[in-house]
Amino acid sequence: MALADIIIKFILVIIIFAISLVIAMYSTYAERKFAAFFQDRIGPNRAGPWGILQPLADGGKMFLKEEIIPTNSSGFLFIVGPSLAIMTACIGSAVIPWGQQLVIGTHVIDLQVADINVGILYIFGVVSLGVYGIMIGGWASNNKYSLLGAIRAASQNISYEISMGLSIIALLLVTGTLSLRQIAEQQHGFWANGWFSWNFFKQPLGFLLFIVCAFAETNRSPFDLPECETELVGGYHTEYSSMKLGFYLFAEYINMFISSAVMATLYFGGYNFPFMDLIHSPNLVAIIGVVALFAKIFFFIFFFMWVRWTIPRFRYDQLMDLGWKTLIPLAIANIIITGLWITFIRG
Amino acid sequence: MEPLSNKRKAVDNKPLNLLERSYLPAIVKGLGITMSHFFKKPVTISYPEQKREFSENFRGMHSLKRDENGKERCTACGLCALSCPAEAITMIAAERQPGEENLYREEKYAAVYEINMLRCIFCGLCEEACPKEAIYLDGDIVPSDYLRKDFIYGKDKLVEAPLNQ
Repeated sequence: MALADIIIKFILVIIIFAISLVIAMYSTYAERKFAAFFQDRIGPNRAGPWGILQPLADGGKMFLKEEIIPTNSSGFLFIVGPSLAIMTACIGSAVIPWGQQLVIGTHVIDLQVADINVGILYIFGVVSLGVYGIMIGGWASNNKYSLLGAIRAASQNISYEISMGLSIIALLLVTGTLSLRQIAEQQHGFWANGWFSWNFFKQPLGFLLFIVCAFAETNRSPFDLPECETELVGGYHTEYSSMKLGFYLFAEYINMFISSAVMATLYFGGYNFPFMDLIHSPNLVAIIGVVALFAKIFFFIFFFMWVRWTIPRFRYDQLMDLGWKTLIPLAIANIIITGLWITFIRG
Repeated sequence: MEPLSNKRKAVDNKPLNLLERSYLPAIVKGLGITMSHFFKKPVTISYPEQKREFSENFRGMHSLKRDENGKERCTACGLCALSCPAEAITMIAAERQPGEENLYREEKYAAVYEINMLRCIFCGLCEEACPKEAIYLDGDIVPSDYLRKDFIYGKDKLVEAPLNQ
């Protein structure tokens, strides 16, 4: 690998990192603003025009607040918890293909940090690491509410990872590859061979299962039991203050961004958009593709917020019932149906 | 019993069918409802810039009135203090000196007139009791402050501005 390639990759990593942080920052603003709109209110509008400087004000507040570490907590793990949460949230973006190749002079730039052939497995690994941040933080706080929140987070993530994995297996049967780049390439354009080319139209049930599991994995409402403030004060981050709390909240929003990106890539064509073959300049297609991907991502982030302000929180037993008695059987049925379809109809 | 409105609905304990048990139609309906609110005009009134109109008989901060010549109407009779159920009003009366006829309407006036706004319950009994039409609760909401002592409003805050200003 030439030095120029390494520099380009490095710049790409920095850009993606910055974009994830900025999107997470403005997701907090968007969430408050959308929450207000859904409830016939105005939302934050004091910091800057329409309140667009609100995230900066919040960040400044988080940094300046007094940092409290409880006397009886285990000091090292108390710091490891939020660090791990934000780190695992940030590394998930490495395998997502953000667009087609850009050609500048003689350089061909892949708009993807790493096109590894086990892309989906990597995402799963990172997602399942994410729960450690919550678990360690909740346990290290030495607070019963934190511990309960952490236990809930762990059991919820373990339960829903199974059905998420099963719903992905059906998708992998269709695509025949684990590489996210190839999965995105297969969904080229919008219409191919007499049917929609996006995987959503081939795997609607799989997508439904995946999005429900994605809500559970990111601890978003209606599955936000780990931080359930009506029962558990603040859940796993009850004892956290200052920027450590900020990191936990931030990690949730980055996770939301990454899972939106994964959903858009796996099921909604990634950077592909309808009528892309009509544009002949490859660079233009790549750039519009990036815009298209981000439009899809923003829609999913909006959908996360939309659902949050619509559906009330599940009860814990309902959560487990849904995960084990509904989603897993449905996912297995989906695999069987997909398998039969591939064997007998697609051939 | 004859129903009062036609909104009454008999309860049926029919078990949910498969579609209802999947919750999906209900969720979609709920999403539709929240989305319809998304585009509604917000009902918020951005308070300091924008104020809701008070009703006609709103009772706010007190003001001590002047007559048509700009003289203070209050004669320090003490009926307002007597009528006050919260005992928020105190005053010290003084005799009008020669040369002060343009300041006070009657021979006796209130040298000190204080209302403790933390005790006041804005019932309006003082304005009902006043024989001289000197006190009205026609002001704004009492503003907030940091110290309790600052809520004891004297004549500097209560008396109306002079006419010729």
